[in-house]
Amino acid sequence: MQDLKPTNGFEEVFRKVQTLTDTPMHYCPGCGHGVVHRLLMEVVDEMKIQDKTVGVAPVGCSVFAYHYMNIDMQEAAHGRATAVATGIKRVLPDRYVFTYQGDGDLAAIGTNETIHTVNRGENILIVFINNGVYGMTGGQMAPTTLAGMKTTTSPFGRDIATMGHPLKITELVAQLPGAYYVTRHAVHTPTAVRKLKKAFRIAFEFQEMKKGTCFVEVVSNCPSGWKMTPQESNKWMEQNMFPYYPLGDLKVPKVRMN
Amino acid sequence: MIRGTVLIAQEVCKGCELCIAACPQECLGLSEQLNIKGYRYVRLIRETCTGCINCALVCPDAAITVFREPKGAAKKTLVVQPAT
Ligand SMILES: Cc1ncc(C[n+]2csc(CCOP(=O)(O)OP(=O)(O)O)c2C)c(N)n1
Ligand code: SF4
Ligand code: SF4
Repeated sequence: MQDLKPTNGFEEVFRKVQTLTDTPMHYCPGCGHGVVHRLLMEVVDEMKIQDKTVGVAPVGCSVFAYHYMNIDMQEAAHGRATAVATGIKRVLPDRYVFTYQGDGDLAAIGTNETIHTVNRGENILIVFINNGVYGMTGGQMAPTTLAGMKTTTSPFGRDIATMGHPLKITELVAQLPGAYYVTRHAVHTPTAVRKLKKAFRIAFEFQEMKKGTCFVEVVSNCPSGWKMTPQESNKWMEQNMFPYYPLGDLKVPKVRMN
Repeated sequence: MIRGTVLIAQEVCKGCELCIAACPQECLGLSEQLNIKGYRYVRLIRETCTGCINCALVCPDAAITVFREPKGAAKKTLVVQPAT
């Protein structure tokens, strides 16, 4: 059977946006990174801000994000994305600036930059992909790894007594006065995907209004690092990640836009 | 019921099966053949698609384009041509 395209009055209701490049993404099958990339770029496309948006890519699996997002991008050293974004936003205040960072990047080596950037209330969007492991380097333990979770560097499971508690960095930054909008989402179902897209849209609109730092966490999967099929990883995420990292808004401004 | 259909970029698909799980009409399935990357790719296996776009929303590789019959339009025969 060949792939068939309808020609008789059927309307196209969904297609890949042009703000994503045609470069095939290198991510593992079923990895949440691809969905988050697409949603960000759908919002950029909808708001018609392609030539006014600057993304900052991290070190981690999404290090090549600049190949996939058809906008101006800057690569940052490991953990330094929010510092780089601060510089970009201050020099080019009319640009929409966002960082895209994993939990190893944002919550381990980059904790310092993350906290101080939010504390200064830099007018940027921080997108935080929390998959509980260092995906790129082979599934090592991250600060966000759950208690008891097995990784290559915690082969008997994360032991709280010696390895500390999983870091709820999103709860932490929500306390800071510079944080304007802090929310946690996922991309494992169509409903979750729609909600995350709305959150990105709101965050970009707040940036336009110069409100301060918006921080959007996406609890995501890493099928390869977790050694599961994509479907198993989503189920595991629902059962184990969501109770510890509950989805929903952590800080919403009083005046909500619809 | 509104009718729809999907077009899947075979060489982009990685066979993760997330779209199969998201489809309420159970109209997607994996191919027997492998694509250029070595993955079994997703195909339309049943004509029950309503064009709800659920599959496209969860696809990490933006491999799916969705089409839908316009609302209220006189029922048309679905005419298809091979995708390029
Ligand atoms: C200064 C420095 N230290 C360590 C590394 C090794 N390293 C590369 S990616 C990474 C962690 C990535 O994990 P995460 O941010 O969670 O992203 P993911 O790959 O899971 O998407 C580390 C420690 C590095 N590249 N540079
Ligand atoms: S290693 Fe994990 S985070 Fe990295 S691309 Fe693969 S599934 Fe995604
Ligand atoms: S979700 Fe996308 S990549 Fe995964 S099997 Fe379906 S079409 Fe292929």
